[in-house]
Formats: sequence, C-alpha cells, structure tokens
Amino acid sequence: MSLFPTGVAASPRCSLFRWKRKLPNQLGRAKAVRSVGDECSPRGYLDEQFCQVEDLQDEANPNFAEEVVSLFFKDSARVMLNFEQAIEKHPKDFARWDAHMQQLKGSCSSIGASRVKNECTSFRNFCGEENAEGCTRSFQKVKREHAVLRQKLESYFQLLRQAGPAGTATRPAGK
Amino acid sequence: MDATAFPYGLRVLVVDDDPTWLKILEKMLRKCSYEVTTCGLARVALDILRERKNKFDIVISDVNMPDMDGFKLLEHIGLEMDLPVIMMSIDGETSRVMKGVQHGACDYLLKPVRMKELRNIWQHVYRKKMHEVKEIEGNDSCDDLQILRNSFEGLDEKSLFMRSDSDTMRKRKDVDKDHADQESSDGNTVKKARVVWSVDLHQKFVNAVNQIGFDKVGPKKILDLMNVPGLTRENVASHLQKYRLYLSRLQKQNEERILGAARQDFSHKGTSENLNLRSSFQEQPSNIANGYPHASQNIQTQANMLDSQLEDTKSTVPLPVPDKKRTLASDAADSQNVTSASSLGGVLSFKSMPVNQDRKPSETMILECQAWTGGIPSKQFMQYPKHNHERCDLLGDYSCLPKPDLEHPVGPSNLYAPPPLISMSCGMEGDARDFSDVKPAIMDCIKSLSPALTCTVDSVSVQLSDSVVTSIDGDLKSSGVDGLPSIKDCCLDQTNSQGSLRPSQEPSIIGSTELASLPEDLPSYPLHGVSLENIGLSSIDLLNYSDAMILSGLQSNWYDDLEFSSEMMDYPSIDECLFASS
Repeated sequence: MSLFPTGVAASPRCSLFRWKRKLPNQLGRAKAVRSVGDECSPRGYLDEQFCQVEDLQDEANPNFAEEVVSLFFKDSARVMLNFEQAIEKHPKDFARWDAHMQQLKGSCSSIGASRVKNECTSFRNFCGEENAEGCTRSFQKVKREHAVLRQKLESYFQLLRQAGPAGTATRPAGK
Repeated sequence: MDATAFPYGLRVLVVDDDPTWLKILEKMLRKCSYEVTTCGLARVALDILRERKNKFDIVISDVNMPDMDGFKLLEHIGLEMDLPVIMMSIDGETSRVMKGVQHGACDYLLKPVRMKELRNIWQHVYRKKMHEVKEIEGNDSCDDLQILRNSFEGLDEKSLFMRSDSDTMRKRKDVDKDHADQESSDGNTVKKARVVWSVDLHQKFVNAVNQIGFDKVGPKKILDLMNVPGLTRENVASHLQKYRLYLSRLQKQNEERILGAARQDFSHKGTSENLNLRSSFQEQPSNIANGYPHASQNIQTQANMLDSQLEDTKSTVPLPVPDKKRTLASDAADSQNVTSASSLGGVLSFKSMPVNQDRKPSETMILECQAWTGGIPSKQFMQYPKHNHERCDLLGDYSCLPKPDLEHPVGPSNLYAPPPLISMSCGMEGDARDFSDVKPAIMDCIKSLSPALTCTVDSVSVQLSDSVVTSIDGDLKSSGVDGLPSIKDCCLDQTNSQGSLRPSQEPSIIGSTELASLPEDLPSYPLHGVSLENIGLSSIDLLNYSDAMILSGLQSNWYDDLEFSSEMMDYPSIDECLFASS
C-alpha cells in the first residue's frame, strides 16, 4: 500500500512525521519529508517523544501507541472540561488557571503533542501577565490545536490499521 | 541485560496523577526489566508503601498532584520508609528542582522522561545501600562490620537488591548463628542497619538542638552534645534535615501552636501523650485484667512503676496537644528534657534509666510492652523495624522476658527490648524466614506477656509464615492464642470493648492486628478499618515515630490516615490503580 512511505521499514522511528506530512498532502501536495528534523521542529504537530512512545510498542503491547494516544485524548478532554468550568467559576483566578494548564501541558508532553504544548505555554505566559483576554484567546487556540491533533492521529492510526499487520510489523520495537 | 543481574527486578513504585504518563512510565520501566507498581494518588501510594513495607526499592513521583503535593509525599516517604525518591515534573525551574533536593529527592527528572534516564535509577538504590553500610560502620564493632561487609559484598547483587530481602536475612541469619551469644548491638542481625531514632535518642537530639540554638545548629555540634557512641555525623545530619523540614511544615500548618514554642511543644506533647497513656493504664487495668490474669498484675505493677518513674524524671508536661489531654496535664513540669518526649517517652524513660531499681527486666519489658499496646499503628512500627542496637538486645534479652526473676543482668539495653519487640515483629512481616531467627526468644516472650500483647505479636508472626505460626502456637500455653482467627478475634474483642478509650491501649493491639492484616492479606481489611478508627492521635504517633517532634504533625496526618483507612476498605478502587498495573 503506497500510503506507507517506502522509508518506513528502514527507519521506523518517527514515521509518523512522514505521515503527518503525507496526510494533508494526500489530497494534493506531494512534498516528501526527508529529514525527521524538519518534523521535530516546533512547527510539527508531534515531537521526538512520540517516537519514543511508538518505540515502546512491542509484541507484548502491539497497540501501545494507539492506546496511549487514546488515553491521552480521553484524559486531556477531561482536563480541558474541568478547565473550562474553572474559567467560568473562577474568573481571573490566574493561579488556578495556570495550575490547570500546567496539568494539560504535562499531559501533552507524554505523547509529544508539541503544538498543543506550545499553546499551553503561551497561555501560562498570559496568566503570568494576568492578561485575561490573552488567556481566553490562547485557550481557544489550545482547544483548536487539540482537536486538530486528535483528528490527525485518528487518521494516522486508521491508516496504520488499514495497512494491516504488515505495516505495524515493519516497525521494529525498542532499540 | 542479564536476566539475573542487578538491577533486574528492581521494584519501583510510580506515582502520577496523569494516566497517560503512568502508562508510558510503566511500559518504559518494564522494558528496563524492573518490577513496576503504578498509582494515581499520592495518599494511596503512601498506604501501599506502608502496607508493603520493604517491598519497594525506589519511588518515582510527580511533583504536581491534586490530592497531595509531591514534596509532601516525598517528605513522608523519607521519614517513614526512607526509600530513595525521584521527582518528576514538566517544570524544570531551578527553584523547583532545588526544592526537590531540599526535601530529600535523590533525583529530579524533567518530563518528557526518556527511557535512558529510567534505566539508571538503580544507582540511587545502590547508593543508599552503600550509605547504610557506612552507617553500620560507625555503629558497630569491627567484627560485625566485617561480617556485614562480607555478606554485603559477597552476596549476589541480585539477592541483595531484589525482593529477596529475606535472602539477605537468611545469609545474615547464618552469620547470626555464629554469633548467637552476642548481645551487644550487632550489625549483622540487622537487615538494613539504620540508626533508629528512638524517642530517647531523638530527645537527646532535640535537647542538643535547643541547647545550641536552633539557628546555630549544625550536625557536628549536635553530635558532640548528644554524646551517643556510635552515632555518626551523617546520622545526625540526615535527621536534622528531616527535623527541619518537619518543623517548617508544621509551622505552616499550625502557626499558633508552633509560634515560639515549637521545641517545647514537641517535648511537651510527648509528655502529655505520655500522661494519657499512663492514665489509660491506670484506668484500664481492670479491663485488661478481665481476660488476662497475667496482664492485670503486670499492668498494676507497670502503672506503678510508670508513675514512680515519671515522677522521678518529672516527665510530665501537659501540652497543648490538640484537643486532648488537657486534663492530664497534671504533672506537667516544664521540662523539655523529660524523657517523656512521648507517651512512649514516659515509658521509654525507663529505657534510658539505668535500671538500678529492683525492677525486673521482665517486668520492665512487659511494662513497655503494655505501654506499646497504647497504640502503635503498624505502619509506624515499620519505621524502626531493625535498629541494630535494639534488635540485638531483643534477641539477647527475650530469653529473660518470661521469667520474673532476673536472669540476665539488667542493662539499659534490656529496656529497649519491648518496643522493638513489637516493631521488630511488625517490621519483619516480610521476612518470614528470618523470623524464625527470633522465634525462640519471641515465643518465650509471648508466653509471659499479656495475651493482649501476645495477640499483637502473634498476629504479626502468624501473618509471617505458616511455619512460624505453628511453632509459636505450639509453645503458647497461657494465652488464648490458638491461631490466626482467635488471635484476631481477641484483638478485635479488645478493640471493641475498649473502643471508646482515646489514648487507649487498643491501638497497639489494633495496630498489630492491623499490621497482621495488612501485609498482603486483603481479607483482613475489616480489621484494618476497625483498628484505625479506634486509634487515637496520641500515644500512637509517639510510640511509633519515637519522635516527639513529629507528634503534632502526625496527629494531623493521622486524621488523614484515618480517612484513608476507610479508603482502604474499598478494594475495588485500590485494585484499579494498583493491581491492574502490578
């Protein structure tokens, strides 16, 4: 299946990066990602940590990455919901907001959701400045990035599944 | 990695409120061939650690957790279990890292954590073991040290560091047999030869600190003032650190109480607790006597002795121990020193007193045992399971316990025996094999002690292993301890009948019952629940921590613990976070 770049088997690490590029490119643009480095830049959706998570996948846990990702989305959705309630109940309680965002940021770091994480950081900066409006805007961005990432990862895993066991089997686990 | 070499099988407890991280860390650690237990709540983690003492080598904890601050958890673990703790956080700010180190973290990892960082965490475990050997060095004779060193080094690292603490003990047991006659403090009988900060020792420490002036205090000065042979500067330094942390935390919590009178408070509190215990003794004798003819006599005697002893030492200082014991403030003197830094303190004052009196060691010990029954939550027992000094004394002195007539020269060391008796047995819950070591001595002890205490000890020992149980059972004649069920029943009965007492003696029984029920014995949880409810804040804390200073803090913590004991009853929830992962 040509969805998998030929390079996947050879360098399974960070294969997602090629995917991340591929997915939006499927529809039209055919830019190939050459180096992982490009994708690991802040502009990328996922960073090195995601590779680490994928590497943990092995025979004992063949769907580890997907499990972790779905756990992340489930938990982060909850955190964001709590956060929204907190924003309403405690307006301008920057310390509280900061604490919530800290939690979300920590979560993001688990799967390497770099863009969401960066938005969290900018939110916290606004909190530090006590800029309520900035916080609100930033939080909207956080939500957006979160939703986008979720979509992308869902497609990603779907494609993986479609590729079949052969697709996942080409990723040697561990180092 | 060689499957049998250290650090294979390192037992790690991971605490993090983020389930995603918990999952990832678990997988990473498993890949390092470590044995992982995960936990999403700090309080539950503490319970696990208390319950399965000695079943973990290292703890990894997140800093930001909703139910308890990671630093507070770190402090608790350091004080109670003395395990190496690694902190983790997404926040790598210098101030946070520094705080972690100050609170005693042995490392601080930044999230995202890489597997290669986790591979090396065993070094902290190893380092700690090395330190403990060094501590033994300071405390023991050359011979013992040599033996210990040999066993330490000669041991297959696997057996040394893996869950086979019992293996370690077995090897030392062999060594013990060679030195069976040795009664002086032996490093080789101690599984983890740590300096145990008994009430007495801590009181000396506090006195020294007060004398020097809290601001100018330093480990060397304290060490010199304390003048305790075998105590090293490192011991004092680490204890001072904990003491400082503890004080600062208390200060935040109980400002009005701590203000200016912190030091006095501690010693006073201990005293008042002590008073409580004493009065409870006096009130209770009949109760206890009911089922236990032995006990009554002993208790009477003990109470008397206790009284005289207390008066001698002027130990009593009523203390603003929160919501209690004001009434007991009768004897209070203003002494800080009073040995009775704790309820046990009062009792333990015996310990430190040269037993010049005609008091028989057995009586004394029984007294102390009784005093201990005043409330020694098992988990707190765990803290000082194997102090080398005490333990050796225990072994040596148990034989004289049952006989009222003095068979062995009474020395200060003898006095140490009873408390360690309980703590030792409790602490040994994980070392079934080793228990047989002290079995003969303990059995004798058990025979003579009141059934209450017997129950206590026995329930613990029963828990340890079948072999131990049967042998102990076989030797018991007087007490109604036939086996586990009866022991527990008897403990429970005690509990129920005297449940209303505050500084009751139940706690000890309860504690031991609790202890007995705790170790990997889920069915006994009801006992656990019962016991905790009945345990008052008073003497228990004192007894176990043997640190007057921790009293008030413990009291507040104790409430926490009480809450969590009920949590413990909800197995399913615990299962979720624990067993699913371990």
